[in-house]
Amino acid sequence: MQFRVVRKPDVTQKQYTVIMLIAISLALLTSGIFILLLGLNPISVYISMVNGAFGSPYRIEQTIILAIPLVIISLGIAVAFKMKFWNIGAEGQVIMGAFCASYLALNYSYVPRPLLLLAMAVAGFLGGALWGLIPAFLKARWDTNETIVTLMLNYIALKWITYLQYGPWKDPNSLGFPKIANFTENAILPKFLGVHLGWVIAVILVVVMYIFMNHSKKGFEIAVLGESYNTARYAGVNIFRTILFAMLLSGGICGLAGMIQASGVAKTLNVDIAGGVGFTAIITAWLGGLKPPWIVLVSVLFAAMVQGGSFIQSAFGISAASASLIQAMILFFVLGSDFFTKYRVVINFERPALKKEA
Amino acid sequence: MNEVLTVAFFKAAIIAGTPLLFATVGEIITEKVGNLNLGVEGMMLMGAVVGFQVGYTTNNPLLAFIAAALAGAIGSLIYAFLAVSLRANQVVTGLALTTFGTGFASFMGQGLVGLKMSEQFSASFQKIKIPFLGDIPGIGEVFFNHDILVYFGYVTAILLGLYIYKTRIGLNLRAVGENPAAADAASVRITAYKYTHILLGGALCGLGGAYLSLVQVPVWQENITAGRGWIAVALVIFASWSPYRAILGSYLFGGLDIIGFRLQGTGLAISTYIFDMAPYLMTIIILVIVSFRKDRKNAPPKALSEPYFREER
Repeated sequence: MQFRVVRKPDVTQKQYTVIMLIAISLALLTSGIFILLLGLNPISVYISMVNGAFGSPYRIEQTIILAIPLVIISLGIAVAFKMKFWNIGAEGQVIMGAFCASYLALNYSYVPRPLLLLAMAVAGFLGGALWGLIPAFLKARWDTNETIVTLMLNYIALKWITYLQYGPWKDPNSLGFPKIANFTENAILPKFLGVHLGWVIAVILVVVMYIFMNHSKKGFEIAVLGESYNTARYAGVNIFRTILFAMLLSGGICGLAGMIQASGVAKTLNVDIAGGVGFTAIITAWLGGLKPPWIVLVSVLFAAMVQGGSFIQSAFGISAASASLIQAMILFFVLGSDFFTKYRVVINFERPALKKEA
Repeated sequence: MNEVLTVAFFKAAIIAGTPLLFATVGEIITEKVGNLNLGVEGMMLMGAVVGFQVGYTTNNPLLAFIAAALAGAIGSLIYAFLAVSLRANQVVTGLALTTFGTGFASFMGQGLVGLKMSEQFSASFQKIKIPFLGDIPGIGEVFFNHDILVYFGYVTAILLGLYIYKTRIGLNLRAVGENPAAADAASVRITAYKYTHILLGGALCGLGGAYLSLVQVPVWQENITAGRGWIAVALVIFASWSPYRAILGSYLFGGLDIIGFRLQGTGLAISTYIFDMAPYLMTIIILVIVSFRKDRKNAPPKALSEPYFREER
């Protein structure tokens, strides 16, 4: 028996969807075996997960609240990934965006609400953009490895907030408990149809980014640079500026998500403000094929898994970490399935005949 | 400053650098065959939690470390299958492995949080003074009065260096990372080389994680590695893919890891949280400095993070 790998002609959208669905089913099957090994019934666990995520209006709201940052941050990451700039610093960019927005929220609470919120959004964008520009500049100027730099900046941002929370920004009215003061009403995103305004911002961003990535010159340049450095250079793309611009946008969008999390969800700043969402968003961005509409679908699915995961935690006593295990499993299978969209495995069951006489 | 930079400090830096050393040389051997595995943090966590679980249940140090190495290797097997056989994007596959390992450790470690290894278990890791070398003033105490795994770290790094640079197989594996098509033409079995060394790298990462949970800390905590896996990935660049320089880099960062805590004791007016940034900040600074000097000798393996297709060469 012999295996041979052959390149496939381009697959149709339908074939692609079928392969992806098979991958996700296999991931759920594998996770199911894992749940079975824990002595639980996987089907009832999955049903309660769905129930926990969508079973009541309140739960749906919670799922949407979790999906908002995932969608926005994935959009930001997609810009960088499109350029093959491995920005895994979304977590830090979210934190720095939240930090800058919180600075305004805590010090200028007397400013009228619309004005303050707008200023916070701008500050959030700038905070994230600045944090994203550091690795972009280093990469563009000296070709410094961006994966590591963006990652290290996450830790630095996190330590910075820890320092503030336990030090200079500690709320004197909190009786020694290390927390930063809650925002005043002025600095809190109002609700619209049951969920904070962040969802409206997310919807707008999806449309804007879709147009940007597919129908703008800059978006095109970013994609070309991602495909081939040399092609971009010969086509006259200003590489230095393109890298900086893409990361300004990528980090800025993540920073805006940080502002939304601080203002709409936490209503203060704390060390858990990002809470790993910057990493989950890498997965959702990738699974969504870096395409805004798909990103929305995958993000909602992942938010449902997290929300459902915390539900099964109380219902079955399974750790909430099981959700991240299932997520990683899905990612593994989808990554692997990509192979079958590009290649075909040909199996020859007979040993290849050795033609000696030829 | 003098009250900080003592013999005890340098000695502690070696201990703090040991998990970094295992992970760094593990990633070096992986990258040498042309595969960038960003799952180091995940594999360390898998090794840390499996090692802790086995050590806690059996009280057998050898078994615990073997289990940890196996756990790391299994993590890297997932990576190898996806990135080598199925030609998936190496960066994303590695990130997925880190997500998986983090989830796995937090899942497995749920009931272990706060548990401590027994006295009997820890007794297996008491300091062993090397005769003669251990008696050199200063240096002896810093380098040659440690538990057995620190020595194992020295030996592993040096042996890997000899393996990579002085053996036939080492020459082949470097060829696989530099120019797989040429290596293939010289009938080096590319896939076998990649799998073997990726698995070896994963096992070493698992060991590094287990050193943290079984010897250095040795209490189980959520997310016990705290980014050390990522520092190891950066140290590979710092060491410019040489296991020998990895020794220096690991211990340097071991020192940075603990300096904040030490400085705090001196009553310095700077918050310890600010000093906790030091290893991460230094990583960036060193990466930038390394990227200034770009020469062929210190360059990454040429085919790093490119999948190899015989059909498309």
